[in-house]
Amino acid sequence: MSYEVPLAPGEQVADIERTSDDHGWPLWEVFVRPKRGLNHTHAGSLHAPDAEAAIQNARDGYTRRAEGVSIWVIPSKEIHASDDAAAMFDPFTDKPYRHPTFYEIPDEVGQL
Amino acid sequence: MNKTAIDIELATYLLRLADDNMVIGQRLGEYLTRAPELEEDLAVGNLALDHIGVAQHLYEYAAEAEGKGRSADDLAMLRSEREYSNCLLVEQPNGDFANVMARQFFFDAYQLVLWGALAASHNPRLGGIASQAEKEARYHLRHSSGWVIKLGDGTAESHQRMQQGIDALWRFTAEPFEIDELEAELAMDCVATDASALRDDWETTVDRVLGEATLRRPEDPYQASGGRSGIHTEHLGHMLAEMQWMQRSYPGLEW
Repeated sequence: MSYEVPLAPGEQVADIERTSDDHGWPLWEVFVRPKRGLNHTHAGSLHAPDAEAAIQNARDGYTRRAEGVSIWVIPSKEIHASDDAAAMFDPFTDKPYRHPTFYEIPDEVGQL
Repeated sequence: MNKTAIDIELATYLLRLADDNMVIGQRLGEYLTRAPELEEDLAVGNLALDHIGVAQHLYEYAAEAEGKGRSADDLAMLRSEREYSNCLLVEQPNGDFANVMARQFFFDAYQLVLWGALAASHNPRLGGIASQAEKEARYHLRHSSGWVIKLGDGTAESHQRMQQGIDALWRFTAEPFEIDELEAELAMDCVATDASALRDDWETTVDRVLGEATLRRPEDPYQASGGRSGIHTEHLGHMLAEMQWMQRSYPGLEW
């Protein structure tokens, strides 16, 4: 089907790609910062037609009990993950001397 | 306790504000599981709860102001259609998603300017409710105007459906800005606000969003009215029958 929808003044056409599955809306990964000074951490994922809607959906899905002060959303297809856990991570399991457990950390440092 | 005329007027005004929010909250509740996506269902449920929450605060205050021994629940669940004073816009039944978002958009844009003005009310309790509700309305408007733009400026079908929603509900958009003697009097005392003065800001928002959505602003001059005095469209009675059935069949039921 072809269609013509007029462009609003100053409008740019969004370049949101559809994911390959049948779902009409792309998948987004949601990261929530629980409070100032802490990092955004992965909270889950959701479907949304664009970034703005993804943030709104994330707000309703992941922060409605005041769990956060900031939200990031990232298209899931933009995330590249490691594979082959054995080759990647096993070499580190026998190197405990790399853990900085021999330092005293003063209490005042707090979140490090 | 002896209630003064001004208390009764205040209660009447609070009921109008409360009924608007109660009725749209119920309509949004009816829409649950029918939104196009799970995520949107959550959003709609969230909107419904926000509106019902505002209504609850206002009903509680109205119940105290009128001093007839009725509770907030009594006001919501035991008043008839003719006693409900919501504007006609909010009682319109759910159509397709575009229709639901059109209703929400018109209402959110109204609520945002209304609460913004009422936050400065000389009545501190109403002002407090308003400034809390204003924040919610700001978010609601972002959500609904986002959909009006996405659907209006989307595909040929979504554009057409969004335009239909806007056209179908346009005739209910003047009523919220009507002002009667009671509201004029309360506005003079800086308790209420002169709603007719809010219309320009509302139109600015509506024109901006419709423009961005490539939608046509309806030109039909006919505007319906009567909700504030209890003269409703045929839809409200059915809605209340369903909403109030439990409480009327089992009076005093709690869970």
